[in-house]
Amino acid sequence: MPGAIYAEGLVKTFGDVRALDGVDLDVPEGTVLGLLGPNGAGKTTAVRCLTTLLRPDSGKAVVAGIDVLKQPNDVRRSIGLSGQFAAVDEYLTGRENLQMVGQLYQMRSKAAKARAVELLEQFHLTDAADRPTKTYSGGMRRRLDLAAALVVSPPVMFMDEPTTGLDPRNRQELWEVIKQLVSGGTTLLLTTQYLEEADHLAHDIAVVDHGRVIARGTSDQLKARTGGERVEVVVHERDHMGTAAEVLAGFGKGSTTVEEHTRKLTVPVTGGAKLLAEVIRELDVRGIEIDDIGLRRPTLDDVFLSLTGHVAETATEGDEQDQTADAGRTDKKEAAK
Amino acid sequence: MSAATEATPAGTSTNPVGASIRDSLVIARRNLIRMTRIPEMVLFGVIQPVMFVVLFTYVFGGSLQIGNTTDAGVYKDFLMAGIFAQTVTFATAGSAAGIADDMQKGLVDRFRSLPMARGAVLTGRTVADLVQTAITLLVLAIVALIVGWRTGSAEPTNAGQILGGFGLLLLLGYAFTWIGALIGLSVRTPEAATSGGIIWLFPVTFVSNAFVDSSQMTPWLRHIAEWNPFSATVQACRELFGNPGVVQSDAWPMQHPVWASVMWSVLIIVVFRTLAVRKFRSAAS
Repeated sequence: MPGAIYAEGLVKTFGDVRALDGVDLDVPEGTVLGLLGPNGAGKTTAVRCLTTLLRPDSGKAVVAGIDVLKQPNDVRRSIGLSGQFAAVDEYLTGRENLQMVGQLYQMRSKAAKARAVELLEQFHLTDAADRPTKTYSGGMRRRLDLAAALVVSPPVMFMDEPTTGLDPRNRQELWEVIKQLVSGGTTLLLTTQYLEEADHLAHDIAVVDHGRVIARGTSDQLKARTGGERVEVVVHERDHMGTAAEVLAGFGKGSTTVEEHTRKLTVPVTGGAKLLAEVIRELDVRGIEIDDIGLRRPTLDDVFLSLTGHVAETATEGDEQDQTADAGRTDKKEAAK
Repeated sequence: MSAATEATPAGTSTNPVGASIRDSLVIARRNLIRMTRIPEMVLFGVIQPVMFVVLFTYVFGGSLQIGNTTDAGVYKDFLMAGIFAQTVTFATAGSAAGIADDMQKGLVDRFRSLPMARGAVLTGRTVADLVQTAITLLVLAIVALIVGWRTGSAEPTNAGQILGGFGLLLLLGYAFTWIGALIGLSVRTPEAATSGGIIWLFPVTFVSNAFVDSSQMTPWLRHIAEWNPFSATVQACRELFGNPGVVQSDAWPMQHPVWASVMWSVLIIVVFRTLAVRKFRSAAS
């Protein structure tokens, strides 16, 4: 039996670009599927097709047991959409926004009002309820946007990059909200560029690239496909990199990766902590000073790299990490005050 | 409340026509709330035509011949129907920009993902624009009276005819906001929608009987002016207001301007509403 969200062979082309090139998805009821991929992979197009915003050129889509292409309006009654492409009116207050959405879900005005009060409470927006949302912070706006998607407590939710552009604290907060929601039995399809986010929130992950699902499984299954653990060393002096590479080659089960600018060397290994101790000893014997060393399990970044042959969002991902680090420091400073 | 409506589940109503009207009103209300939060938009909408009234009255008045006279007072009475009509058509830019803004901000996507009537987002917008047009027109009429415009200055008229004239103006304005809706859905940014909503209105409103006596134009231009949908409303208003400068012409719209005005406006609404709603269904931001 197909799940709460089911897609078979979805194809959507824009001119020469095949945004979706035969996407199959099956999300069992009450679970979370993370659709992971870089910008332009087709994640948003897939969500737009499943939420009736876009008509696929071919393929089949069923959401909450309803055929998306044949009965789009019935599907709309059963879904909530939030994230990158859903939005709130910036000149309306939080309360007015939620009431409006409730009424457009065909609730009576009184019921919509009462539901707005509940949601504002639930999303900690009661104090800001009667301010235009223009004055809200980015995090507050995302929370309101999410609340708007939950007005009728739909059984199936779609979130398109719900935390893109949020600072780490707001991202954490939103994750908590999403976790609560899912524990209530809602089926969720979530798209993200953040490998950490998929790891954190999704039961299952589908990796998308160039309009196709190129891998599918739990976070652990995907990591296992990339192979096992590896040793990562950061040497103190650039001159020592050659010697360090020789040492690592002696222990490694594969070729050593060298990153000149970060003075980092990585090699796949088997043997765990015991081996790590031996590596440290050997480096010490050779007189190589090290800044950092560790045994790493593969991250979803590695998964992505090994599946697609390219790093997920090299430039922006790096920027994001920098911002995250900066924001982390700011938080600490503020805490110190 | 009847038992039947109470029996509908979860406080929802399912009658499609009722739902469509209700959805449109919800959206109209939303746009009217926005208007009160951005009062400067309404203000600029009023200032521009007021400026036109004053400039045209004092700069052109006295140099343009209407009928057989260049009397400034006659031009003033002639002018107002033209300015009123031009003003209502300028609402096009507002609805175009508003809808383009909703597209850009992702609100159109939100609305399209909701189980609401398909045309309601656009109908709600055009209805709210109609309210704004009515406010602008009221202020403008008062300013016109202050600078000396009088109804019945050339022919006798009555209150019913005058109200009928304003009715035609509002209908024309409403029709043009549907053109604006289509423009708003077709461009990429609100800025483009604002200019795209207004530039073509200059030839439309100037190649007409609005500011000069169109019977003085070169023949080919005169034909365009006389069949211009916009001219029909201007001619109809002059007739209904009892103002001077009613064009004597063989062209059907100039001879039956009230009918021509209604027919043009209804035709524009039917054509552009159909196109805009179709575009909305497949709109992508």
